[in-house]
Amino acid sequence: MSVPRRRLRGIAAAALAAGMVLSAAACSASDGDDSSEGGQSTVTLQYFGSPGFDKAVADFQAANPDIKVDAQNMGELKDFTPKLNQWLATGQGAGDVVMLEEGTLLGYLETPDKWANLLDLGAASLEADFLPYKWANGFTSDKSKLVGLGTDIGGLAMCYRTDLFQKAGLPTDRAEVSKLWPTWQEYAATGKRFKQSDAVKDVAFIDTATAIMQPYIMQNSKTWFYDTNNNYIADTNPVVKEAWNFGLQMAADGLTGKLQRWQPDWNAAFANAAFATVPCPAWMTGSIAERAGDAGKGKWDIATIPGGSGNWGGSYLAIPEQSKKKEAAYKLLTYLTGKDGELSSYAEKGNMPSNVKALDDPAFQTSKNEYFSNAPTGEIFGASAKNLQPIYLGPKHQGIWENHFETEMRNAEQGKKTSDEAWAKAVADGKKLADG
Amino acid sequence: MSVNTSAAAIPPPLDPEQRRRQARQVRLGRLDLKASPYLYVAPFFVLFAVFGFFPLIYTGWVSMRDWGLIKGDQGFVGFENFAEVLADANFWNAMFNTFGIFIVSTVPQLLLALMLANWLNRKLRFRTALRMGILLPNITSVAAVGIVFGFIFADRYGLANWILQSLSLDPVSWRGSRFASWTAISFMVDWRWTGYNSLIYLAAMQAIPRDLYESASLDGASPARQFWQITVPLIQPTILFTVIISTIGGMQLFTEPLMFNYGAAGSGSGLENFQTIAMYIYSTTFENNFKYGVGSAMSWLLFMLIILFALINFLMVRRSLKGSDK
Repeated sequence: MSVPRRRLRGIAAAALAAGMVLSAAACSASDGDDSSEGGQSTVTLQYFGSPGFDKAVADFQAANPDIKVDAQNMGELKDFTPKLNQWLATGQGAGDVVMLEEGTLLGYLETPDKWANLLDLGAASLEADFLPYKWANGFTSDKSKLVGLGTDIGGLAMCYRTDLFQKAGLPTDRAEVSKLWPTWQEYAATGKRFKQSDAVKDVAFIDTATAIMQPYIMQNSKTWFYDTNNNYIADTNPVVKEAWNFGLQMAADGLTGKLQRWQPDWNAAFANAAFATVPCPAWMTGSIAERAGDAGKGKWDIATIPGGSGNWGGSYLAIPEQSKKKEAAYKLLTYLTGKDGELSSYAEKGNMPSNVKALDDPAFQTSKNEYFSNAPTGEIFGASAKNLQPIYLGPKHQGIWENHFETEMRNAEQGKKTSDEAWAKAVADGKKLADG
Repeated sequence: MSVNTSAAAIPPPLDPEQRRRQARQVRLGRLDLKASPYLYVAPFFVLFAVFGFFPLIYTGWVSMRDWGLIKGDQGFVGFENFAEVLADANFWNAMFNTFGIFIVSTVPQLLLALMLANWLNRKLRFRTALRMGILLPNITSVAAVGIVFGFIFADRYGLANWILQSLSLDPVSWRGSRFASWTAISFMVDWRWTGYNSLIYLAAMQAIPRDLYESASLDGASPARQFWQITVPLIQPTILFTVIISTIGGMQLFTEPLMFNYGAAGSGSGLENFQTIAMYIYSTTFENNFKYGVGSAMSWLLFMLIILFALINFLMVRRSLKGSDK
């Protein structure tokens, strides 16, 4: 009896030990460099969200048979960011071409040694191809190094509901509506006119007061939370406070919907026709159509944004310094940010080009949006992007805006705090984040 | 054991070769007896060492350094990170919320679990189905539950406010005040964990001898009195166990408030009303400034706090056991 059991134990122990050795070996086995099979070099592209690269990558591979592209979808931006940071810190793991959101790009510019200088790879000649603000924001603060080239941008327009405008006795034609608000003051005045009508008593004029900050500040200032030396100036930059006060005044006048974007209430508000206008970047038209549904089709239209220009969102492509295939990576990067690449991304996902040649192309210029009463989207969004002036955003812009100023402004809008309390907290918490 | 006796029973005349072989077998047998048990429990300890103990020690080491994800390791700073955390008002705010949600969720949860277990302990139709049923919320994905509850507790077009309004009550701004947000989050936590605790109580209740209840009935004790004076005292150690488990879970509460805030750990209106310590650790470490050192220091403070609570619970268990010996 005892012998077989003992043997069994022995076998079990051996198996266990072998298993451990095996798994340890599997852990330590290094990923060999398999990039050069059959004379092909593999370039890894890492992106987040839905940039619509599928067709562009296929076209690129067809044109460059010696380069194979391994396109990796890294999920959402917030999932990708910590991973990328880790790869940059450890010096391995990052792709040869990586996509950076314009808000987070600024943080990466603080560690320029982690990135390849695109000027060294021949990007200097491309300056005229890009919108000036997009080109300028790809540089480090001393302008010596170009880290990223622009993919898409979010040119701003004003989406509005024609049925609600009609009920309130306002014009509905997009050209006439655009004439109602050449400036933000006139936009607010239109809102007051809108609210005088009893037919739209329960409808807000704009979804949230925070939505006016981005276009308002970009139109009126060259800086936002940082000066060009990366000093924190949120508390002293007069335009920031001016935009804050303007937005909250609209809230006090009962014009705003006090909603938080991308949350269930905001989604439901579309279906309930709870607000009449929403400042919308090009990429948001799809989100609006999705939320307002079939019932809203043809009831939406697009006018120009007050102040004439604006941008919300957009991304860059960059090459990490750790990449061993910078030449091939640069080819891919310039293709994706070139005219053809950006146009196929526009066709695929509606991402608006930052490349001027693509913006001027008839494929973009003549595009219309059926859902929005056939509004000439290419023309409207293109115009708002071309008028954009460069603005310096600084390293932690996105976090300061999203986590502190936007949040606190909404607290004030919703009446949870007074404007002064919210402002003081936003300034203090923003400074803490900036000081890091 | 059997190896030793069989070896001793073999008669002495042997050539050296046989003797050596035998001696080797004896040694192997002894080794087997001594080492095998450790080998069998080794997988747990190896896994714990790799995924539990090492991260713990490593986090402790990182907490003493100025370490950011992008800027890298900037060297040893002693207890500076801890000092920064202890002076941080947001940290104490998160602590307060964590405790608040813990109390608001756990007390009704355990009481409800007790009632449910008592009910399931009776002779019922479909008893097995019901017992299985109450565990169902526990095996559904927390994130999915969180999304659904996010809809229910939406401020303007949410189900909860719709019900309140159809009862002609005022709608509640669920993220607008501490108590409202704590209540909403407690609903999610309790929905998930009440059934689990009920099953644990039920198992303990079934170990109570039936004759105790029979004699109590004969003496004329009402069901309520039987419950409070027989059932509850006899499952006291189990109750303390669930309290410990709930404490550990409550201190680490993360997913429910995260989903309540629509997936953002570090931003959102009214977040200061319900940001828990785990959310604050996450947003400090993996968002904003990627402060590994500070995040690690916070994790260690949380770890020590949980140990403190476990110790208090342990002492209470010991006392109650001594009490029941009398």
